[in-house]
Amino acid sequence: MQRHRTRAAILSTIFMGLGQIYNRQFIKGLIFLAVEALSLIYFVNKLGRAFWGIFTLGDSPSRLEKVKGIAKMVPGDHSIVILIESLITLMFFAIILIAWYMNIRDAYKTGAEREAGLESNTFKQTVRYILDYKFAQSFLILPGMGILFFTIMPIIFMIMLAFTNFAAPDHIPPAKLVDWVGFETFRNLLFLKSWSHTFYGVLTWTIVWAVLSTVTTYFGGLLVALLVNQRGIRFKGFWRIILIVPYAVPQMISLLLMRNLFNGQFGPINQYLGYFGMGSLPWLTDPFWAKVTVIIVNMWVGIPVSMLLIMGVLTTIPRDMYEAAEVDGATNYQKFRIITLPMVLFSTAPTLIMQFAGNINNFNAIYLLTGGNPVNGNYQYAGSTDLLVTWLYKLTADQNKNNMASAIGIILFIIVAGFSLYNYRRTKSFKEEDMIQ
Amino acid sequence: MNIGRKLANVVRLAVSYIILIVLAVAALYPALWILLASFRPGKSLYSKTLIPEHFTLAHYKELFTSPVYMFGTWYANTLKIAVFSMLIGVVLTLLTSYALSRFRFKSRKTTMSTLLILGMFPGFMSMIAIYLLLKEFNLLDTHLALIIVYAAGAPLGGTLIAKGFLDTIPRSLDEAARIDGASNFGIFARIILPLSRPMITYMALTQFVGPWVDFIFAKLVLRTKENWTVAVGMWDMVNSQQNTNFTLFAAGAVMISVPIMILFGFLQRMLVDGLTAGASKG
Repeated sequence: MQRHRTRAAILSTIFMGLGQIYNRQFIKGLIFLAVEALSLIYFVNKLGRAFWGIFTLGDSPSRLEKVKGIAKMVPGDHSIVILIESLITLMFFAIILIAWYMNIRDAYKTGAEREAGLESNTFKQTVRYILDYKFAQSFLILPGMGILFFTIMPIIFMIMLAFTNFAAPDHIPPAKLVDWVGFETFRNLLFLKSWSHTFYGVLTWTIVWAVLSTVTTYFGGLLVALLVNQRGIRFKGFWRIILIVPYAVPQMISLLLMRNLFNGQFGPINQYLGYFGMGSLPWLTDPFWAKVTVIIVNMWVGIPVSMLLIMGVLTTIPRDMYEAAEVDGATNYQKFRIITLPMVLFSTAPTLIMQFAGNINNFNAIYLLTGGNPVNGNYQYAGSTDLLVTWLYKLTADQNKNNMASAIGIILFIIVAGFSLYNYRRTKSFKEEDMIQ
Repeated sequence: MNIGRKLANVVRLAVSYIILIVLAVAALYPALWILLASFRPGKSLYSKTLIPEHFTLAHYKELFTSPVYMFGTWYANTLKIAVFSMLIGVVLTLLTSYALSRFRFKSRKTTMSTLLILGMFPGFMSMIAIYLLLKEFNLLDTHLALIIVYAAGAPLGGTLIAKGFLDTIPRSLDEAARIDGASNFGIFARIILPLSRPMITYMALTQFVGPWVDFIFAKLVLRTKENWTVAVGMWDMVNSQQNTNFTLFAAGAVMISVPIMILFGFLQRMLVDGLTAGASKG
């Protein structure tokens, strides 16, 4: 009695859609047929080359060749283009494989239904079924494709780069070929003196920066929010609007602006220090002061957001808690320590941790303000205020040390992602979300 | 005792007001400084006084008329890119967060964790790959490329926050509508959309602001000057002629900031609701 399901499944395995047609689902079958036909046309030329490309990364460099006695430059294989083309083809191939699998499973299922004496669904019924029961999955296909091609594919590509020798001066296509080198890049980065010194130095500053910038903006925001929310302060809305102005100015503008404000020679800040009889400070040119400057500027940019967030939380703290505390004779400080602080910390903890993770990767704050400078002579292509992110940007954009940059990117990614995943999985909104309502 | 307490209160308030005033000056000063600098004659960064001796609109005029700075074109480009990527991005984010908030399906938690992790990847790490991908599809130096990339990236940043917000909309509303015969689409359009206005505002605004300030990626994709966005233009202005034409930069900065600040002002209430409801629910 297993004839329908096996036959349909085998037919679908041979050519997508045949099983569906066998099951009398003609429209669905034709759609599958068309998909397979199109993908055959696409893959016939490309698939073999894709596998070849991903293993060899091309095998003929640019070279001079004699054509009819005249030496001519013949362009060779461009390893990086080959790598990415292969990657794109293989990803399409994976999608088709999934579609193929689904088509077999569908044919099998419908066949089984027919054996049980049921009519197979008409096309209309199929569409209805999907809209009612597979709604979420079909909704997610569109954003999923976008993410697949513009996020996942590039990430795989960059991870692969870390295992190649794609770096200046010896392995820059199209003139030269790129090869797989395994873990050599990581070994150099972590253990080779010239690189590891820079790496650990920059890593330390990255962590110091992330901690300091998160703590300053968070508690700064908390203090400002409390200040405005005090009993007896008038015009609360007015103060709030003024204090969120820095948040409303586009970040790129405010950072470029700050760079000018703190300019050592002509900037107004040093000018004012001069009026008060103080010497000017090397805000952006001295390694120590540059670090101070980025923290201060980051406070200016970041405090308003924390303030808004915490103000929102403050309004949710029940009044009667404070009243109960007052009856017991608690001082203002006690009320803050026992009620306000725990409540605020509790509900903003996930945001706080996300901010920390975001600060590790805070490219704009550093790059637009100091550009990672002042230059540090002991470092490989990095300055004193460079974070890992800005350093790797410089390595790709200015130095063409792409494999090194990718390796740093992977390490950075592991740190940040591990951290935030661990945190996110622990939050209530992930664990107990169905219990909220 | 009573007088002592009153006095303490007055002192506390006085100190608070002083601190608030200092903070307000610190918050407003840079914005004010650049605004006034944009009206200052001359080109230099340095000025003796904060308020210029006389005001001029010459820099604004130069921005829009000078053949070197095609600020008007850049402005129109950015507006176009911002509007389209905002529309598409918000729709994609809403779809994703609606699916994740309201439906229970296999691999749902994995999807959420994946979104979170992918969002952590330094964006420009993927630039070379995206660049080559766009080249493959002949999209380099087009605005369509930027719109696609910005919109495709939107669900990564916004989904989890939006999902947190949608979770707070009572599920009983959906169920009531379902009993009345509403389909999934109907519930989405008639119940979820109207109730998530603050969230949509927040997402739309962040999406809209993105193209105005992103210069790294835009710089990579847009090669010809007529196609630039304002961010690329401004970056070029600062970088190629360090401080030699500061007042012009100031005028450009004002032109970019003012519309965005006005939007912020109008949408402030919604913004605060969206931000706190989506983010603070631990």
